[in-house]
Amino acid sequence: MLVNRKLILAHFWFAFAVFGLALCLGAWQMFVRSPLYTWISNPEWYYRSLTAHGTVMGYVFPTLVAMGFGYAISESALKQPLVGLRWAWGGFWLIVAGAVMAMVPVALGRASVLYTFYPPLIGNAFYYIGVVLVVVGSWVWVALMSINLRVWRRAHPGEPVPLAMFANVAGSYLWAWTAVGAALELLLQIIPVALGLKTTIDAGLARVFFSWTLHAIVYFWLMPTYIAYYTIVPRAIGGRLYSDTMARISFILFLVVAMPIGMHHTFADPQVGAGFKFIHSTFTALVALPTLLTVFTICASVEIAARLRGGRGPFGWISALPWQNPIMLAVAFSFVLLGFGGAGGLINMSYQLDATIHNTQWITGHFHLIFGGAIVIMYFAIAYDLWPHLTGRALPSLALVRTQLWLWFVGMIVTTFPWHWVGILGMPRRMAYYDYSDPAIAPQAFSVTLSAIGAFVLLISGLLFLVILARGMRQGATDAGVWRFSVPVHPVRAVPLALNSYAIWVALMIGLTVTNYGYPILTLATRADTSVPAIYVGAQ
Amino acid sequence: MSARELFTFRNPYFSAAVGLAGGLFVVTAVVGFIVLPYAQKDLQFAGLWDAICSAAGLPQRAASVPTARVGPHLSEAVLTPTTLASPSQESIGRGATLAQRCAICHGPTGISRADSPNLAGQYAAVIYKELVDFRAGARTNAVMSPFAVNLTDQEIADLAAYYAYLPRLPAYHPTPQLPKPRIVIYGAPVRGIAPCGACHGSLDNKTGSPWLEGQSETYMKAQLQAFAASRRTNDISQQMRNVARAMTPREIDEAAAYYASQPPEIVKATD
Repeated sequence: MLVNRKLILAHFWFAFAVFGLALCLGAWQMFVRSPLYTWISNPEWYYRSLTAHGTVMGYVFPTLVAMGFGYAISESALKQPLVGLRWAWGGFWLIVAGAVMAMVPVALGRASVLYTFYPPLIGNAFYYIGVVLVVVGSWVWVALMSINLRVWRRAHPGEPVPLAMFANVAGSYLWAWTAVGAALELLLQIIPVALGLKTTIDAGLARVFFSWTLHAIVYFWLMPTYIAYYTIVPRAIGGRLYSDTMARISFILFLVVAMPIGMHHTFADPQVGAGFKFIHSTFTALVALPTLLTVFTICASVEIAARLRGGRGPFGWISALPWQNPIMLAVAFSFVLLGFGGAGGLINMSYQLDATIHNTQWITGHFHLIFGGAIVIMYFAIAYDLWPHLTGRALPSLALVRTQLWLWFVGMIVTTFPWHWVGILGMPRRMAYYDYSDPAIAPQAFSVTLSAIGAFVLLISGLLFLVILARGMRQGATDAGVWRFSVPVHPVRAVPLALNSYAIWVALMIGLTVTNYGYPILTLATRADTSVPAIYVGAQ
Repeated sequence: MSARELFTFRNPYFSAAVGLAGGLFVVTAVVGFIVLPYAQKDLQFAGLWDAICSAAGLPQRAASVPTARVGPHLSEAVLTPTTLASPSQESIGRGATLAQRCAICHGPTGISRADSPNLAGQYAAVIYKELVDFRAGARTNAVMSPFAVNLTDQEIADLAAYYAYLPRLPAYHPTPQLPKPRIVIYGAPVRGIAPCGACHGSLDNKTGSPWLEGQSETYMKAQLQAFAASRRTNDISQQMRNVARAMTPREIDEAAAYYASQPPEIVKATD
């Protein structure tokens, strides 16, 4: 029951449009610092582009996808029109306004601070205020998801919350709490300095606040992907969801353990104690749990589909899968990329191993593989799955869709594998220029060239995605039927209260944040001697 | 649904979740704050509490006995982008009077005929920092140090304001403009050398870095060599020493010759 299709389409279109623009910037960046090009001669252009690419891809694009998808889930899973439609539009326009407000100073070169802000570097205040507006807009969505669930609960007392909505609201709560770290950093530290009210900033504390957001934000990006694994994939390929309970436990685990782990981003920072780094490192290992549960459950669900289609034998069933179905293809690609990305992540989260690849291109390779690969390829799948229901028109060509997914998969591997490799060799990240004529890094020129070629494959795939969606708006009308979610093998009649509500899990999430972040934040905030002069972008 | 039903140890989900999360926190805390600090042989602790404080990142109290200063005197000048940003007319006027005594080397219009730096139009923060460093002994020069040693804070600020106020003028040693050497535009990333232009204009200006166009080739070369040999040590965090040490003699020659050949009007006006 998709009532407010315009709202959902607006979110998706704005998300994918800015994604297309940021993708062009990404490919350009890969090109100009590869051996294929001499050099732009001005690193400022590079960092300007990098800031825009990161801000759009990190804050604007996934937030809008999660929101649009969330509204679609709320209406379809709860079978009730969205409550608070005006607020939803308000949130959307806040994000549009925030994105534009943030991008103007970046385009003018007044805020080349990268999306991770990097205090004491300080850019134009409008950049940060724009990012705050994007976050505030998304908090409107968080509130609406909670309110819609409450309205539904009142009408359906004691009934199990549909899995898609349960996961969706879990994702929104995770985001609400995760975004607090960056919001505190922006509102208490950076914006007062950017406005000229203060001239010093506690860069160490700011980095700790940012780590609060920076890791859990990845799980917020991941939520739509995992929701699609559980609630779209089994249905789309003609199977059943293996376990509804396992799915709920996975989402609950994400809610609890995504937060108290962010300090593995500050392993090289002197202002955080080694004991806390160790605790965060151990808790990071726990995040593997919900992912492993998910991989197991989805593989089992996919096997069910294969056996229903006549697949036989311990592995023979794999060939019986509907490989012509884009969703099947997308989930297979996503798992492969998630596997490699996750394996690389184990290196990053280990306090000792991290030292070998800290701040190298390995990190860039890692998060592109996870986010750009495993996550975004499922965003494509979500769009393809929803599009006929939103537009009332069929997608133009499944062959084109498959080509697009293949290109993205191959492009992502060609881009990120050499990145990992040169990272191991020690190539630092965030540099505008590398001198490949120097014998020390000349052997890396081939890997970097390969990686840049991969970037262009990705660009072609991303543009093809936009073309498919645009053409999908102009096909002949068709009745796509009701947008449904997958059905579990065992019908869900009753769910324990703990797996049907969030109170325990939100309390644990906040409690673990206090234990794992409380002391470092408190000591840094109360010390008087930790501030440094701000460095204003473009100021002499 | 009631909170009492959920938040009770009779609820197996609650007790399992709280037990596991709490247990894991306690175990990791014991390992992280006690076992691992002691496992590092090069760390010495006065006791258990000392080890825990160290792992928690509590800054250790500095020794109460003043430590003997080792090595050269370092710069204590603090610069921000707003240092001396908007001087008063009076300050510039006082600076003009004070600058009479500088004219013998730096020229009556701030243009030197003696291979001293041209100061006309130099950034105020740069002049301020160098004078503060000469006064404190962080930078020494047989001629310059005696001039700086008796200056007050206000006089230094006035001189900086005056020279920053003067127009940039062409230098007295015109040479044909040379093409940009690699070290100036690219640096040498593999050796950890940023492009000169990343701090000294043309690409970007960093607070405290002078513009160099039209300065004396002899002077710039001498300063780079002094940085490389650690005879000059007033650069913040050894930035220039690290750059100069990694430069080859030929690169030093090229960079000095290039900047000397440039007209000062082309200095990127970001100030």
